[in-house]
Amino acid sequence: MLIPCPLCGARDLREFTVKGSALTLDRPAADAMPEDWHGYLHLRDNPAGPSRELWWHGAGCGAWLVVQRNTVTHEILSVTLAEQEAGA
Amino acid sequence: MRYNALQILKQGLSGNRGWGRAWRKPDPKPTYDIVIIGGGGHGLATAYYLAAEHGLTNIAVLEKGYLGGGNVGRNTTIVRANYGLPGNSEFYSHSLRLWEGLEQELNYNVMHSQRGIINLFHSDGQRDAAARRGNAMRNQGDDAVLLGRDDCRKMLPYLDYDQTRFPIYGGLYHARGGTARHDAVAWGLARGADQRGVDLLENCEVTGIDIENGKVTGVQTSRGAIRAKKVAIVVAGRSSQVAAMAGMRLPIESHVLQAFVTEGLKPVIDHVVTYGMGHFYISQSDKGGLVFGGDLDFYPSYASRGNLPMVEHVMEAGMTLMPMLGKARLLRSWGGIMDMSPDGSPIIDSTPTEGLFLNCGWCYGGFKAVPGSGHCFAHLIATGRPHAAAAGFRLDRFATGRGLMDEEGTGAQHNLH
Repeated sequence: MLIPCPLCGARDLREFTVKGSALTLDRPAADAMPEDWHGYLHLRDNPAGPSRELWWHGAGCGAWLVVQRNTVTHEILSVTLAEQEAGA
Repeated sequence: MRYNALQILKQGLSGNRGWGRAWRKPDPKPTYDIVIIGGGGHGLATAYYLAAEHGLTNIAVLEKGYLGGGNVGRNTTIVRANYGLPGNSEFYSHSLRLWEGLEQELNYNVMHSQRGIINLFHSDGQRDAAARRGNAMRNQGDDAVLLGRDDCRKMLPYLDYDQTRFPIYGGLYHARGGTARHDAVAWGLARGADQRGVDLLENCEVTGIDIENGKVTGVQTSRGAIRAKKVAIVVAGRSSQVAAMAGMRLPIESHVLQAFVTEGLKPVIDHVVTYGMGHFYISQSDKGGLVFGGDLDFYPSYASRGNLPMVEHVMEAGMTLMPMLGKARLLRSWGGIMDMSPDGSPIIDSTPTEGLFLNCGWCYGGFKAVPGSGHCFAHLIATGRPHAAAAGFRLDRFATGRGLMDEEGTGAQHNLH
């Protein structure tokens, strides 16, 4: 699997660490209800198909990336810098 | 037909033409008392124990592919009860005791082989942790023996004991652990359920779950609508999709776990050996292939196949532990889709919808749980109360934080198990 990092170009999977669903960018407010925290921490859509994930290019530029990826075919659909995403 | 030595003789003398099919291929009935979604090991075991222990036989098992075509046929066949935490400990102990009587109960040879499992350790600290785990296992009534380095050398002479990074200090020996023929487990349970009147419906994919006034009334399938008083979801890696049909969002992420087998070799590995520091474990099948695996690829996946970096990692780990492995040629690799829960422990519970039950979250440890999971899930479905051995596998433990079972001690978060 090659991931096209916006800063470094296409790089091997070994350079990246996956955090999981990009839902983790949308951290609830400090005074949010317990159900909101439960949804944020534990519940997942877990899609079979296009998925929005957070990856870290730790052995490259160190950027956090939002990767849209198909979980059935492993095709990478788009990669953007997480800092450019709303809520980051 | 009962299987026994006399039957083999009789059939052998008559050209083996008398063996019947092991289960029927019925058409769906319009209504059942209980519909089980998922014809894998856990679903078939649930149907079997509902029929055998609770006398409930108006049951259908719906399988979108063929019986046993999912994770029960894609695992590395290891059966053990070496967990340390309350909640898990009694459950896997219960499951192992069911394994020990399974062949007699099913009249089916599942090739359950209690060849022993050895978890290696590589430091004084790890030895302490192994001793603690062994004590927990013995307190539960199971077996565990702490082996020193010399004991290991006698049992496992082929390991590299003096590798620089992880020299082998000893191992925790669980003699009642071992392996079983995974396909046969599915087939034996299917046959046992079918003989008691359960309808096993293959090529029957569930496309919707019918709910009226908060109560389940049936399912929509690729073979038509089926009404049911109770519906049980036990679909492993596809849990999130099926639960979504009932409006549920689960604490589950699906991941790919790879496994490997070499060409058939003469007997060389007598036990199951696990090498935690390399995320590597190995055993030898009765056919001779060395069966081994490693860790998750770690990205969510439904692909049933993984990527090469993990293949390389597993091979490297295997070679550092047993250099002789390099002489064997790898025959096949494959992947299974694991339903990973945040704390690494499973869920067997009711749901907010009346009559709808959920069994999922087995992570990469579902095979050894097959009889225990089926037995406890059947108890829950039949009586409405959790079985004592699985009372901790609650769906709400993540929301409340009470009763989390984090066996690895890494935290109840996705991507940590």
